[in-house]
Amino acid sequence: MRLDLLAALNAERAARRACVVVTELESGAQRLVARDQVDADPLAGAIREALAARRSRLVGEGTGRAFIAVEVPPPRMLVIGAVHISQALAPMARLAGFDLTIIDPRTAFATPERFGDVPVIAEWPDVALPAYGLDPFTALVALTHDPKVDEPALVAALKAGCFYVGALGSRRTHARRVERLQAAGLSPDLIGRIHAPIGVDIGAASPAEIAVAVLAEVIRALRSGAAHAEGVAA
Amino acid sequence: MDVTESDVLAAAERWRREGRGVALATVLETWGSAPRPVGSRLVIDADGNFLGSVSGGCVEGAVVDEAADVIASGVPRTLEFGVADEVAWKVGLSCGGKIAVFVERVD
Repeated sequence: MRLDLLAALNAERAARRACVVVTELESGAQRLVARDQVDADPLAGAIREALAARRSRLVGEGTGRAFIAVEVPPPRMLVIGAVHISQALAPMARLAGFDLTIIDPRTAFATPERFGDVPVIAEWPDVALPAYGLDPFTALVALTHDPKVDEPALVAALKAGCFYVGALGSRRTHARRVERLQAAGLSPDLIGRIHAPIGVDIGAASPAEIAVAVLAEVIRALRSGAAHAEGVAA
Repeated sequence: MDVTESDVLAAAERWRREGRGVALATVLETWGSAPRPVGSRLVIDADGNFLGSVSGGCVEGAVVDEAADVIASGVPRTLEFGVADEVAWKVGLSCGGKIAVFVERVD
């Protein structure tokens, strides 16, 4: 791979745009195809399919064989609430490859003592989210349990097409949340995308166990093709 | 250690800019059960340092060896590993799967 192509590829990733690298295996010729260049590419159809499925693949036969490497942005996780579960979730999610940020306007919670080098933004979601820039390659995990803090973030995440949107709270808490979101004009389809109660059902009890359950659910959403197809198309 | 695919590509660029000889290995194809999906990457330098993975640790050693030749020659090659290759490569995938790995130099 030429260094300039590699640098352009890393720039696309840093800008959080999906793209592909096509390698013609016989000649070794390579090209970067950004999303706005797909239609003009000779392999447009195959590239579109690969991007939609988020799967790298070989195409063609014999000397015409080419490899389409799908490059999607690294996944991020935005956690609303600098709570006990977040303290356990932060190191686990980082190990699993997520670029993790926490937002909590309550300054008593959002301290470096409790989170070390994890970026913690002590602002209301409405203030912090525009600069953060939610996108389809981001998971939103709402853990404050406080509608004033969680719900603006949930609404923003649903509208941005985040691949995962989850909210802490019992079924009863969630039922009330659904009513408020409906009253705010969100469609049932959009509201239905919220994972609640949050996390895969492993009987998690402690904050660390709940963090495992949440991380598992986020990974399942990330790795199921449908979520990403949606993300790439958005 | 926290190593993602983006770390691998970032390292490939950084290492090359530092003047190191660098090769990039990419999983092209898998058959049967394979530990890493198509598109998984490993970056290798001329001293045999590497980051990332193309299998669960089963064939990385052999890929690193081949990468040294690719860094020297600049000619990309495709390697295949699997149970049937055990004699040729002395390494294989204990899971019974088979993988093809493309190794290229970063120029």
